[in-house]
Amino acid sequence: MLCENCKERDAVVNLTQVKSGAVTQLHLCEKCAAEQGVETSVASPHSQIGDFLQAVQQQSLTVPGDQSSCHFCGATTRDFRSSGRLGCARCYGAFERSLRELLRRLHGNSRHTGRRYEPPAPELLEQASLVGQLKDRLRRAVEAEQFELAAELRDRLRTYE
Amino acid sequence: MDLSLLPDGGVGWLDASGDHADIVLSTRIRLARNVEGYAFTPRARDGERLRVLSQIREAAQHLRPLQAGMLLRVDELPTLDRQLLHERHLVSKELAGFDGPAGVRTGAAVLLGDDVSLMVNEEDHLRLQALRSGFELPAAWRAVEQLDQDLGGRVPYAFHGEFGFLTACPTNTGTGMRASVLIHLPGLVLTKEIQKVLAGLQQIGLTYRGLYGEGSEVVGNFFQISNQTTLGRSEEELIDHLAQVVRRVIEKEEEARRVLLRDAGTTVEDKLWRAYGTLRYARSLTFEEAMNYLSGVRLAVGLKLISGLSVYTLNKLLIFCQPAHLAYLEGRALTESEVHVARARYVRQALSSEAGTAG
Ligand SMILES: [Zn+2]
Ligand SMILES: [Zn+2]
Repeated sequence: MLCENCKERDAVVNLTQVKSGAVTQLHLCEKCAAEQGVETSVASPHSQIGDFLQAVQQQSLTVPGDQSSCHFCGATTRDFRSSGRLGCARCYGAFERSLRELLRRLHGNSRHTGRRYEPPAPELLEQASLVGQLKDRLRRAVEAEQFELAAELRDRLRTYE
Repeated sequence: MDLSLLPDGGVGWLDASGDHADIVLSTRIRLARNVEGYAFTPRARDGERLRVLSQIREAAQHLRPLQAGMLLRVDELPTLDRQLLHERHLVSKELAGFDGPAGVRTGAAVLLGDDVSLMVNEEDHLRLQALRSGFELPAAWRAVEQLDQDLGGRVPYAFHGEFGFLTACPTNTGTGMRASVLIHLPGLVLTKEIQKVLAGLQQIGLTYRGLYGEGSEVVGNFFQISNQTTLGRSEEELIDHLAQVVRRVIEKEEEARRVLLRDAGTTVEDKLWRAYGTLRYARSLTFEEAMNYLSGVRLAVGLKLISGLSVYTLNKLLIFCQPAHLAYLEGRALTESEVHVARARYVRQALSSEAGTAG
């Protein structure tokens, strides 16, 4: 639909007016809507991502004390600046100083006060990942029609269940 | 893809059974979590993402709400199926591969359980979600918290003593929690109070978006209100704060509706019946038209100007009016003008089976 005012651009705003008891609807383009004093932000909420990236860029102009890259995933401060995304959990340690500042800016706070988390006991984890590995191998053995191996893996899996 | 295989077709949250269901469509709480020992999803290699997926798949077999669920490898689905899942609010735009040029990621998957779901290899390895009909923050929180505890007891999460749960994007760090309420505010839009309300939200740490999430436009006067910050307050504090504000917004919306009826009763009534008439008889409808008229009819039902039409039907129309849903109903790919025709036909059928009458 074309803008009912300029009849040039596409209408993006549906302006509903209640004037002395009468309701009218006007379809306007962004420019004409702005000229009528209508904020178009109802039609398109302002971009949080944009604001956020701006904050990241302002922030991480390399704070002394931060590593220039993460030893675990290889992500650099430059990667972070361009994407706004961290590479892995260790990045939080590598870029700790600039992150603390950024988090404070974003959340008004940099300290988590919510639920605490205790990871599962190591024995349980080892067993879980072992079971997972055995299942992966079993699936592959069945697919490859290695039935002898599959039977052996199935027996080993049984001991965990 | 046969979504009727899902416990409730994946649309139980549309059934209008929850609190304030005439104004609040749905409540959603999601938790972002990452598995310790792997790079976050965007930086991970295909092999790592597949290992994360198999670890989650293994753990899920032991978790009651996911046991009987359905696992969909999103990366192995054709575009139309991914679009269908996205239209049904079961996967995010990012997981469906519609968010950037990179497309769908290897290892992208969703586990759809009884009343919770779990996206794997979204921006974070895990996005745990509970979605409820109406204004039901406590119920959604209980469900997602339980899932989180059970899953976190089997899979080690990335957690930091000071920063809390670690996420790919610092906007989610801490609780990793986003609680949101999808609310219909035609009264505030018509009385032009909405700008004030929305500006107020942003001042107190809340934010809003359109019907389809991040960056989406506000259509049909539907707004998603959610917490903006995730760090420095506990999950319960964040939820309580959101609940209080949403209650205030509901009151304001009800007040605006009373004002509209009082000051412009006849014109409002005429406009809403015209919206209903258009939906009953139109032969071609764009998505935006359908949303705007449905918003009007929904308001009319809320104001008791039209009766004999269920909120559930109106909710369902919001979802089934979208292109992939219409293509499924018609059983074939549709051109754009065919979509408009199919939409009008579907709306006519849904409304004529529940003829609205003057209240
Ligand atoms: Zn114009
Ligand atoms: Zn890293």
